[in-house]
Amino acid sequence: MYRSQVLICGGTGCTSSHSAQIIEAMEKELKAVGLENDVNVVKTGCFGLCALGPIMIVYPEGCFYSRVTVEDVKEIVDEHLLKGRIVKRLLYDETVTDTNDVKSLNETAFYKKQKRVALRNCGVIDPENIDEYIARDGYAALGKVLTEMKPEDVIQTMLDSGLRGRGGGGFPTGLKWKFATGGNADQKYVCCNADEGDPGAFMDRSILEGDPHVVLEAMAIAGYTIGANQGYIYVRAEYPIAVERLRIAIDQAHEYGLLGKDIFGTGFDFDIELRLGAGAFVCGEETALMTSIEGHRGEPRPRPPFPAVKGLFGKPTILNNVETWANVPQIILNGAEWFASMGTEKSKGTKVFALGGKIKHTGLVEIPMGTTLREVIEEIGGGIPNGKKFKAAQTGGPSGGCIPVEHFDVPIDYDNLIAIGSMMGSGGLIVMDEDNCMVDIAKFFLEFTVDESCGKCTPCRVGTKRLLEILTKITEGKGTLEDIDKMEQLCYYIKENSLCGLGQTAPNPVLSTLRYFRDEYIAHVVDKKCPAGVCKSLLSFNIDKEKCIGCGLCAKNCPASAIERTDYIAPGHKLASFAIDKDKCVKCGVCMSNCRPKAIEKK
Amino acid sequence: MKKRKSNLPFKGTPEQEKQLLAVIEAHKGEKGALMPVMQEAQEIYGYLPIEVQQIIAKGLSVPVEEVYGVSTFYSQFALTPKGEYKISVCLGTACYVKGAQEVFDRIVEILGIEADECTEDGKFSLEACRCIGACGLAPVMTINEEVYGRLVADDVDDILKKYM
Repeated sequence: MYRSQVLICGGTGCTSSHSAQIIEAMEKELKAVGLENDVNVVKTGCFGLCALGPIMIVYPEGCFYSRVTVEDVKEIVDEHLLKGRIVKRLLYDETVTDTNDVKSLNETAFYKKQKRVALRNCGVIDPENIDEYIARDGYAALGKVLTEMKPEDVIQTMLDSGLRGRGGGGFPTGLKWKFATGGNADQKYVCCNADEGDPGAFMDRSILEGDPHVVLEAMAIAGYTIGANQGYIYVRAEYPIAVERLRIAIDQAHEYGLLGKDIFGTGFDFDIELRLGAGAFVCGEETALMTSIEGHRGEPRPRPPFPAVKGLFGKPTILNNVETWANVPQIILNGAEWFASMGTEKSKGTKVFALGGKIKHTGLVEIPMGTTLREVIEEIGGGIPNGKKFKAAQTGGPSGGCIPVEHFDVPIDYDNLIAIGSMMGSGGLIVMDEDNCMVDIAKFFLEFTVDESCGKCTPCRVGTKRLLEILTKITEGKGTLEDIDKMEQLCYYIKENSLCGLGQTAPNPVLSTLRYFRDEYIAHVVDKKCPAGVCKSLLSFNIDKEKCIGCGLCAKNCPASAIERTDYIAPGHKLASFAIDKDKCVKCGVCMSNCRPKAIEKK
Repeated sequence: MKKRKSNLPFKGTPEQEKQLLAVIEAHKGEKGALMPVMQEAQEIYGYLPIEVQQIIAKGLSVPVEEVYGVSTFYSQFALTPKGEYKISVCLGTACYVKGAQEVFDRIVEILGIEADECTEDGKFSLEACRCIGACGLAPVMTINEEVYGRLVADDVDDILKKYM
C-alpha cells in the first residue's frame, strides 16, 4: 500500500516542458529520503489544463501543482511528501480557497462544467499499464458484448445512444455499423482514424496518449458486431508518444488474451495493426486514409461505393475517429439511455474541444453537447487574457468557420454550428480577439488547404489556389470590390464540385468571415486599411515626434536602415526626434518593440 | 508539392542493404506493405534515393513508378539527404533587405550546393526558410539549433570553418 500517489502528466504538452525529467527527479528524490516504497509515482495522460503544465497532482490531498520545474521537485518531496506541508506557492490559485484551504480540482471553474466520458481515464490512469485500465472497468464492455449480446443488440444500443461521428461529419455511428453488417464478404475491417490533422486540435492525441486501451476495446466490440477480425489504426507519425503507447497497449492486450485468438474463450478472434501516416492532411478523409493503408498515394476516391460496402482492400469496412471509439465502451456498460440523456435533441453525449488561441485556459475540455460558447470561453476557458475584446471563435479547423460574438449563446451541437456557418469538425476551438484580422485568418487557412490539397480534382487543386491569390491581393491592399464578389462565387464552385471533404469544406473559412466580418474585407479593399493592424502592406509605422526622446534605439535596430534623426526637438526633450522613411520601411515592427517611451504607433 | 531529387551519388553500404532486405522480407505478403517498408527504409538510410526505391520496388514486386509516386506524395519522405549540419538561411522580408541573399549566395559558393541539397561528404545541407521571428537580428541563419544573427556575407567563411 502506498500512502501517497503522485500523478504527473506525460502528455505531449507537459512532456515538452520537461515532465519526463520531473518524473525522473521525483523518483530520485523519493529514494534519497527513503520514501520510494511509500509514494507511488504515476505517469498519466493529459489532465486537460495544458496552459498550466507541467502538472502534478498529489493524492490523497488532491493538491494540484502547476508549472512545476525540476528544481521544485526537492521542495515537494521534503515539504509535502515527507513533512505533510503543502507547497502552497506551487498550487494552482483556483484550487486555494479564501481561507487558504485546498479545494478539489473538480470544483474549479475549468473542471466544474465538464463531463468526462471520452476523457474519463485521461490524467487518471497510467496509460502504459493495462491493469489500471481494467481497474476502471476496462474490457468489461468487450466481455459483456461477447458473452451477453448479439451483434444486432450492439447495433441497436449504438443507434439508441444517438452517438454521432466525432471526427467532423457527425454521421450516426450505429447506422454506419449497421450498413457494414450485411453482405457475405469473406473479410471485413475495422479502422480507427487517428490522423488528426486540423491545426489546433489535439483531442485524439490526448486520448491515445492517456487511454490507449479504450480504442482497442471499442474496435474489438465493433469487430464482433460486424463480423470483422482485423483492425487497423492509422495514426500520424508526428505523434510519437501516442504511437509508442499504442504499441505497448496492443502488446499488453495480447498478453492478457484481450486481443488475438479466442477472446474470453468465446471463439472470437480479433487483431489490430498500427499503420503510420507520413504527413498528408488529406489522409484524414476516410477514402484517402484507406488508400493510404493500402500503400498508395493517399488520394480520395468518389463515394459511393461507401466504405461500409467496399472499403479497405475492397472489403466492407467501418472507420471511426478516436474520440468516437472512446465513447463506445461506456455506452455498452451504462446503456444507451444514459448516453442519450446527455446533450441536445439531435446531438447526444459530450464533445471534447481543444481550446487554443487568445484564451486563458489553453487545453482540453469535454462538455455536454448543448453547452453554449459563452460558457466554454468565459467560464471554463477563463476568458480572454490581457483585457482584450473577444472577436470570434474558430471551430472545425480549415474546414470550419468563424463564429462572432452575436452567436455566443447558441448551444453547441452539430446542427447549430452548421446553421451559423461553421462546423463541429474534430473539435479545435481557436479564440480570437480584436488583434486578429479576419481576412488574414481566412488566408492562413487557405494557405494550409492549398498546401494540403492532394491535386486529384481540379476544383480543389486550382480553385483553392485562385482563392488564395485573391485573398493575398486583398491583404496587400490591391483588392477591389469585384474581387470580393468573385471570391464568393468561386467559393461556391469549389464547394459544389470538389471530390472529397477537403475541397468541399475548404472555402468555409472565407465564406464565414465574409458573412460576419464583411466590413473588414471592405476596409481592406476600399479604405486600404487593416482594422486589426495585422496585414503588413496596409500598415504604416509612425513616430510621434512629441513623444520621441531621441534615444535612437529604433534607428539602431532597424533592419532596413529606414529611421533617421530629424531637426525637430520636442519641448521638454534634449535630443532631436526620429522619423521613419516609409519607402524603406519593411514593417517588421522591431522599432516599436524597442521604443521605451512608446512613441511609435502602427495603423 | 515539388520535391528536389538528390544530386549526390548513392552511398549505401552493404550492411544497410542487408537491413533493408530483411525489412522487405519481414513485410512481404503483408497487405499494404509499401509504406511501412519505405518508412523503415528511410530510418536506415536517412532518405529515399532512387536506388533504395528500386530495391524496394524489386523486393515487393511493385513498379518503381509507384514507389516514386508514394515517396513524392507524403511530406515525410525525403528524396535528398540531410547533412550532419543543417544550415537554414532566413529569406523573410526583414532579413532579405539586410542582405540575406548575399549570405545565402556565399554559402552556395563555399559549399558548392544549392537549396535543398547536401554536400558530398554529408556534412552540410542547405535550405532557405521563411521568417523565424528574429528580425531584430537580421539577417539570420541557423545551423542545427544554433542561431547566427546580424550577418554579413564575409562572416560566413569563419562560421562554416567551425563546423568543417
